[in-house]
Amino acid sequence: MIPDYAMPVQGLIGGLMIGVAAAVMLLGLGRIAGVSGLLARMMRISDSGPPLVLAGMFTVGLPLGAFIVSLLSGPVETRYPESAVILIVGGLVVGFGTRLGSGCTSGHGVCGLSRLSKRSVVATLCFMGAGFATVAIMNGLGLGW
Amino acid sequence: MAILALGSGALFGAGLAISGMADPTRVRDFLDLFGRWDPTLAFVMAGAILPMAIAWQIQRRLLSPLASSEFNVPSTAKIDGKLVSGSLLFGVGWGIAGLCPGPAIAGLALRPSEALIFVVAMIVGMMVYRSLSRPAFVETLATEKG
Repeated sequence: MIPDYAMPVQGLIGGLMIGVAAAVMLLGLGRIAGVSGLLARMMRISDSGPPLVLAGMFTVGLPLGAFIVSLLSGPVETRYPESAVILIVGGLVVGFGTRLGSGCTSGHGVCGLSRLSKRSVVATLCFMGAGFATVAIMNGLGLGW
Repeated sequence: MAILALGSGALFGAGLAISGMADPTRVRDFLDLFGRWDPTLAFVMAGAILPMAIAWQIQRRLLSPLASSEFNVPSTAKIDGKLVSGSLLFGVGWGIAGLCPGPAIAGLALRPSEALIFVVAMIVGMMVYRSLSRPAFVETLATEKG
């Protein structure tokens, strides 16, 4: 049922770490661990959110944690699209969309769904559906990678 | 407080790396329902939602966070065109590049040059939204989520 290239165990373990990290932000600091919102806050693109130093510390922690894993376990598999155009267009749309929709996979997906927030359920269904459709359309047009 | 935020970010980034979510191809394959579908991301979401569901139950019983004075969690329930169109757009970008904000920023330590291109473009996209939405910015303040 589960294909052999899937990583169910690592996925669950990594997911639990992400959930505990978000729980530390909520129960320790009273804040939502929404990455797009915290990045926007750190860059002073958003006027609301936690103190700049907290948003900055969380955001800097993300690559730090990934770096520590690569030190301890060896290289982490990262197969990026080769086209810079795909990275640029994807980045622009993700940045604009996450601000317009007030959240991304972490804010709406992890923090919102776990709270059964109707807004986050709608947001998650929208970005999941759009993601499925986008990959299907790109593959259909021969733009898949 | 700052060390708690750094620790949370680092644990989050480590979780992304361990779960395979730092790999855009794996994320894109999750979204490839009709192709080489990779269910890993569903396990990541399930694993992440479990501790957070417990955390929300604890949060309801606490007067304030352990290391801060008050909870600042979204209180709005409004489902509007901004939420829907923004989330749809985000999903389109996610499908195009296989990257969302967390893995992209974590990727700065793993694949600096490619991740940086995406992260800079993402910040520009955020700035474009802000410059277009100045008059409505007050409204955004009320619906901040992240």
